[in-house]
Amino acid sequence: MNFNSIKAIYKFEMARALRTIMQSILAPVLSTSLYFIVFGAAIGTKISTIDSVSYGAFIVPGLIMLSVMTTSVNFAAFGIYLPKYNGSIFEIMSAPISAYEIVIGYAGAAVSKSILISLLILLTSTIFVDFYIKHPLLMLFLLILISITFSLFGFIVGIWATNFEKLQLIPLLIITPLVFLGGSFYSVKMLPELWQFVTKFNPIFYVINGFRWSFFGTADIAIIISFSFIIIFLFICLILIGLIFKTGYRIKG
Amino acid sequence: MISVKNITKVYSDNFYALSNISLDINRGEIFALLGPNGAGKTTLISCICGLIKQTKGLIKVSNFDTLKDYRKTRALIGLVPQEFPLDSYESVLNTVNFSRGLFGLKPDDRYIKNIIQSLKLWDKKNSSIITLSGGMKRRVLIAKALSHNPKILFLDEPTSGVDIQLRKEMWDMILQLKRNGVTVILTTHYIKEAETIADRIGIIDKGKLILVEQKENLINRFGKKSIIIEFGKKIYEIPNKIKDFDCFITNDNFCLVIKKLKNNKDINIKKMINIISELKIPVVDIKTEESSLEDIFLDIISERV
Repeated sequence: MNFNSIKAIYKFEMARALRTIMQSILAPVLSTSLYFIVFGAAIGTKISTIDSVSYGAFIVPGLIMLSVMTTSVNFAAFGIYLPKYNGSIFEIMSAPISAYEIVIGYAGAAVSKSILISLLILLTSTIFVDFYIKHPLLMLFLLILISITFSLFGFIVGIWATNFEKLQLIPLLIITPLVFLGGSFYSVKMLPELWQFVTKFNPIFYVINGFRWSFFGTADIAIIISFSFIIIFLFICLILIGLIFKTGYRIKG
Repeated sequence: MISVKNITKVYSDNFYALSNISLDINRGEIFALLGPNGAGKTTLISCICGLIKQTKGLIKVSNFDTLKDYRKTRALIGLVPQEFPLDSYESVLNTVNFSRGLFGLKPDDRYIKNIIQSLKLWDKKNSSIITLSGGMKRRVLIAKALSHNPKILFLDEPTSGVDIQLRKEMWDMILQLKRNGVTVILTTHYIKEAETIADRIGIIDKGKLILVEQKENLINRFGKKSIIIEFGKKIYEIPNKIKDFDCFITNDNFCLVIKKLKNNKDINIKKMINIISELKIPVVDIKTEESSLEDIFLDIISERV
């Protein structure tokens, strides 16, 4: 394992995050605070509890997931897309570094940033609502696992994208709507039966509910099903990345 | 140092970028790869550096296979690309340090400082790349390529867009690298560059390696010498005794130009003077001109066209 190379990529990426600290770290925290004000204060007063959990607390895992998924995908996608865009990927591809070391470097930085932001959001949310985490270790484990999975997915998006529009396409038009429709701000039981059925085809629904279970010990779906979905998605991403490097898809002639 | 055996690169549209190329590059030499645009120079370099996978053939660097032992071969190679593929908002120092780390080496502030200083960039170490001139960016790329102390340095058009003074400084730097034991392979459009610093020349065209020669041998073999005789009055006919030679009268009818291959012993200045003196036409001046590597290169390429 070439640790120095991984460290170089990781440090370079983290430096990029720090260079754009307002955009990359403070903006998600601010927008989350706004969600609390809008959903928690305005809507929360009309909804008493969901599964004995106050509405304000209920949306905390959803908000963290919204941020983790979008940050992981965006940061990892930008991370690998930028060297492709400015041509400096030649240096990475000509360095004595393996494919999985490159992925560890880029995805590792995206995971770190996502976890940092999610912890900041968790901290911010304590200002607005009272809640407790029933399974903190499981919560942390799932947080890391989900960050890794979506960072890998972001890496694939970054390789696939051939322009900035495509780079934004999946996070904005797929991930964000699926997170919103996956029960971030509501329980699926609050929907009509037809929409409850449709929601079950949304993979993000399983991710959010798994994470919510680690907070409150209750969710719309069993934790084992959620966990299985995350693991399956993780393996799909790993297989796709393996194929990308094997075939040189959009990175090697 | 580098052994290329029967390399072919075919793209999906059945375009042969490289056709059955074999080439050996010796340790410590400066090898110039010349060729017109799209000849395959960058593709060949990219195959050796691992940026492109060859369709067929074997490339060895220091006896290691570039595909199987890629970690070992890539660690030996530094590459300076044609364009400026740099992160615009990164500082000079950080980007050079990044390159060293990427090649698996621990930070070495002293070594990096030496490189940046030798490339006259130390004053700009904390400047963002975006604020640098083209020549400075070129030097940053060289600093990045040298950051891991490579034994082989590929320079793809190293002095394009660089002013004359800096170009000469770069040539000095390349020669210094050679003295330090670095093998240098450069592609260039400035044939003068190859003529000045290269030990051997390779000419590539349409994906095929046409020839590889020591620079001096190439100039002797293909170089032409012109004997130019300027007369005091106009001449209208080539003297019979030299009609068989490659010669012509200039448009103003005052000069006779006799061309010969450098190694052709049949034509020499003394013999020419004797022939001309028999013409009883006053001679104002006699001078000789030798073809440059550029002339030779253009002759070879135009013959193929």
